[in-house]
Amino acid sequence: MATTTLPANGSKNFFRSLRIPPVYYFLVVVFVGGAILDFIFADGQMVTNPAILTNIFVRSVALGIVAVGQTFVMIGASIDLSVALVISVTAVMTSFIMNGQTENVPKAIAVVFLIGAFTGLVNGLIITKLKVNAFIATLGTTLILRGVLNATFANFKGSIPRSFEYFGYGRIGPIPVSILVLLVVVLAGWFVLARTRYGFQLYGTGGSSEVARLSGLRTDRVIIIAHIICSMTAVLTGLFVVSRLRAGAPWIGTDGVYDLESVATTVIGGTALAGGRGGVWGTLGGVLIFGVLDTLFNQLGINPFMKNILRGLIIILAVASYTIRSKREAA
Amino acid sequence: MTTTTPTFSSRAVSVLAAIWGFIRRIPPIYPVFFAIFITVGFLNPNYQTMNGIFVFLRRASPLAILAIGQMMVLASGGFDLSQGSLVTFVIVGSSMLLSNDPAKAYSTIGIMMAVGVLVGLINGTAVSFLKIPSLIVTLGMLLLVKGVAMYWSGGAPKGYFTDNFRVFGRGNFENVPIFGKFPIALFIMLVIAVVFYFIFHRTNYGKQVLAIGDNVRAAQLSGVRVRGIRVLTFVFSAFLTVIAAILYGGYGGISTNVGDGMEFQAVSAAVIGGTLLLGGKGSVPNVVFGAFTLEALFNLLNLIGLPKPYRDAVQGLIIIGAVAYAALTTRRKQ
Amino acid sequence: MAVQETQAETQPLLEVRNITKRFPGVVALNNVSLKFYPGEVHAVVGENGAGKSTLMKIIAGAYTPDAGEIILQGERVSFAHPVEAYAKGVSIIFQEFNLLPERSVAQNIFLGREPSRFGIIDRRQLHRDTEAVLKELGVENLISPSALVSSLSVANQQIVEIAKAISYDSKVLIMDEPTAALSSVEVKMLDDLVERLKARGMAIIFISHRLGEVFDIADKITVLKDGQLVGTVLTKNTTPQEVVFMMVGRELDHYYPPLGKPEDFGEVVLRVTDGSNDFLKNISFELRKGEVLGVAGLQGSGRTELAQALFGVVPFKGGTLEVHGKVQMIKNPTQAIALRMGFVTEDRKSEGLFPRQAICDNMLLAVRSLQPVFGYIFKDGLPKERKLVPGLGKRVDIRTDSYDREVQFLSGGNQQKVVLAKWLASKADIFIFDEPTRGIDVEAKAGIHDMIRELTKQGVAVLMISSELPEIIGMSDRILVMRDGRIAGELPAQSSEAEIMLVATGHGQAENNHSSVQAEAGKE
Repeated sequence: MATTTLPANGSKNFFRSLRIPPVYYFLVVVFVGGAILDFIFADGQMVTNPAILTNIFVRSVALGIVAVGQTFVMIGASIDLSVALVISVTAVMTSFIMNGQTENVPKAIAVVFLIGAFTGLVNGLIITKLKVNAFIATLGTTLILRGVLNATFANFKGSIPRSFEYFGYGRIGPIPVSILVLLVVVLAGWFVLARTRYGFQLYGTGGSSEVARLSGLRTDRVIIIAHIICSMTAVLTGLFVVSRLRAGAPWIGTDGVYDLESVATTVIGGTALAGGRGGVWGTLGGVLIFGVLDTLFNQLGINPFMKNILRGLIIILAVASYTIRSKREAA
Repeated sequence: MTTTTPTFSSRAVSVLAAIWGFIRRIPPIYPVFFAIFITVGFLNPNYQTMNGIFVFLRRASPLAILAIGQMMVLASGGFDLSQGSLVTFVIVGSSMLLSNDPAKAYSTIGIMMAVGVLVGLINGTAVSFLKIPSLIVTLGMLLLVKGVAMYWSGGAPKGYFTDNFRVFGRGNFENVPIFGKFPIALFIMLVIAVVFYFIFHRTNYGKQVLAIGDNVRAAQLSGVRVRGIRVLTFVFSAFLTVIAAILYGGYGGISTNVGDGMEFQAVSAAVIGGTLLLGGKGSVPNVVFGAFTLEALFNLLNLIGLPKPYRDAVQGLIIIGAVAYAALTTRRKQ
Repeated sequence: MAVQETQAETQPLLEVRNITKRFPGVVALNNVSLKFYPGEVHAVVGENGAGKSTLMKIIAGAYTPDAGEIILQGERVSFAHPVEAYAKGVSIIFQEFNLLPERSVAQNIFLGREPSRFGIIDRRQLHRDTEAVLKELGVENLISPSALVSSLSVANQQIVEIAKAISYDSKVLIMDEPTAALSSVEVKMLDDLVERLKARGMAIIFISHRLGEVFDIADKITVLKDGQLVGTVLTKNTTPQEVVFMMVGRELDHYYPPLGKPEDFGEVVLRVTDGSNDFLKNISFELRKGEVLGVAGLQGSGRTELAQALFGVVPFKGGTLEVHGKVQMIKNPTQAIALRMGFVTEDRKSEGLFPRQAICDNMLLAVRSLQPVFGYIFKDGLPKERKLVPGLGKRVDIRTDSYDREVQFLSGGNQQKVVLAKWLASKADIFIFDEPTRGIDVEAKAGIHDMIRELTKQGVAVLMISSELPEIIGMSDRILVMRDGRIAGELPAQSSEAEIMLVATGHGQAENNHSSVQAEAGKE
């Protein structure tokens, strides 16, 4: 991770001094392997066609933004499985409130960010004050959100105005706006984690809440803020998704498997389930791996249902490659 | 402590004390269930007849079977969230395999049971040997199993269930003494409940599951083969899920989202029945009544006009509430 | 015994007056008064349970005393939390490491106090501040502010802890067993560091069991025993032997059952020849039927590791192990249990008990894990289980109205008896006890000691690990003393505490090097 500069001990350790998260080496392997498969079984456009290459990034935007938030909570040794539903709620509420009118855009954005902040606050409070295991707590809020959402909206409701499609489809020069947004989010995430007191406190709390408390940190507050940040990134992902789909439906978040994929990409990016280490650059690498695979499946014309099977398999194997070394029994 | 013969009043007191002691030990799930069920009975006269009660119990039976399997995994400290999509797989897959031929009913059931065992083996192995938290393993498995069901059926299952397949879920035994009709699904559930009552409460296996959920380290030091027991528990859960799915197939439609969310119903039913999330406590009869209570609660919500999706929200509140209650009370005790 | 009170001309930096602290069942500190002067290294020594750590936790604000006061620079203080103590210049380095291994040295030292502007870290300032602290300790060439703590040696991590402590601008530094994990070279480095801090006029309180270091570093030595102050001596006026004699000689808190008679000891049931693994070297001993073999040694000497190796938790890698006359490879606890071994662990709560399960289920778990998983229902049947439990309960004398009660509601003594009953149920005839009476009140202690002796009369062989010397002496028919993962010596029954301590610290008999003896760091 490029967070702290380490005095390089000679040119031998040049690569180590760059602190490139190992996931990027893996990304290169996946990309090269994918390109070879693409050349053999398809048209090889994954490398030759810049449009498809760009598409890898665009496909990574939705997952990438929310994965940054997931990285925050996981560094704090917590987890958030409710992001998928927050994305659904955002998508539905945005298109419902905007209802095709540009003048409704600010109102819609304000409302969904408020909903996101509130969800994160509730998650954080349940985990820190009620002492409910983070898995269970966020699973519980998922169910509550799902119930309320499905009871209120059954299908696509409303739509977004043309102007709002700019987020999903707009370009500045040759570069899609969405990719810039992803980069801004990742950079902001990196800055908060590596350059602010809050970031240092989050690593401290996740590494050992005992040490953090002995150093005078208010650990509960640190965790609650991480959950609010995470829910906000989910909202941003929801806004991106709805601007691409042009209307929101309640199943958008769950069908995108954002909960599990954000956890899996964070884990393969080097953030431990136990917390205290990792960072957003590693997570971005994990997200790009998923983006490459996704694009590859498209290139190879793999059946969409088969893609889901492979997704499940990849998630389990990705997490396993990190947990298998742990000495503790899992439950 | 006195050597004189007890007077009538002191004997009455001791009898009352014994009765009170017995009442106090009744798990809260039973009064809760009867309170909800009687309320439902007042609001809907259908539930005042034997037939109506049987319909209710028949509908609740598959959930009770799911909940027994889920309870055992929960008691060992894990989760099995792949149950719902396994239900979908069994229903969709059976309709494909049957291809409208009654002669294939039993072989289909056999194949599905084998698939169930396989899914359980993979879940258990991934948790025990790859050391992935069961929540992540079984959520991944949820995607995978559902994906297979969709892929196989192309998203739109063809065919229908033959009568000899549907009979398990919707049929009745006729001319049963006292009752007249008796639902087959209820009978199957009762048999499973009795068998698993013995397996869970009367064998070394059940005691070791509880020990693992209560204190893994101490279980290892007491010679428990933790990994094997864990794998076995996931296999039981998946196997029971297949049986429940066949019963669901008796009255439900064939679709690719029939099992969605059932894993959470099973977790909620288990929690209402006093199962401790993260392990150490669980009881087969209490969980069966937990499933009945959840089903009755759903009926009640229905009767007071709450839209169906709110069921999810209620389950979320139940799960968070139960864990918060357990966490806060144990902290006070220490 | 030469106990010298030193009169200092200067005012003490820190003073504790008449401190008393009670825990349920014990008086951990009784009316202790001590003075700590600037520019002085003051060692506090004592056996396990003497009250050293309790005293330090009171000074640092982790515990509140029941009586007495703390005076810092003439001002009465009371700290509700270690953070408050830090702010007033009293820093403590706890026994457990309190660093974040995945964070840098600078991030660790200034955790929660990072120099910043509008919440954004001033990285240069952080780097400079850290360098300044490291420079003060004279280790700026040794440790880089941006190095990850996990990449440092244990000794350097220790220095980072000290740096963190003095970065609070502390006047009093408490080091609780700082050398427990260090090699002798590293200890030397620490000595130099302490000299520097002394020169700055700090008062340093040093808790250790390695008498060699205490004599190297400390100016004064205070001995605590059973929560009482025995006395304070000047290092230059005393000898290690003298301090050992001040530490030991506690009164027995109860009478122990009579020792076994040599003619009652039967055949060898357990023989280890040259056993070794990552923690143990050249372990060889025999255990006979009917005897209690005591294992003494300081914290970290390999006592618990020996028990874990025998029971297959962390198995031996080399050497041979004979059980009941046959060479065996014990690779996991299940095999050990099948060979009729039982392990009563030190940490009952986390390693021995199932708090939410019934007493009867706790008792029968080990025997169940030997039977077929589903076999019980067909083979033994319910009635036999019910018959077995009351008998076991009576044998270990559990006081309860029902065996269906959950274990979490029992007292500590009764919980220990439940663990014993578990191994009786599995018909173990080789028992390993690791600290059998830790955290148990005096009356229940006597009961457990009687029971251990009763077991040996029934032909059981007992290996008993204890950090409490009176217990070792009161119970053992032979005594093994461990040091540095080896068996340092074997002593006969009723050896004195001083004899055991001298072997355990490496000051006894022919051994006179005060090198790296792991120090006693048990929780008091």
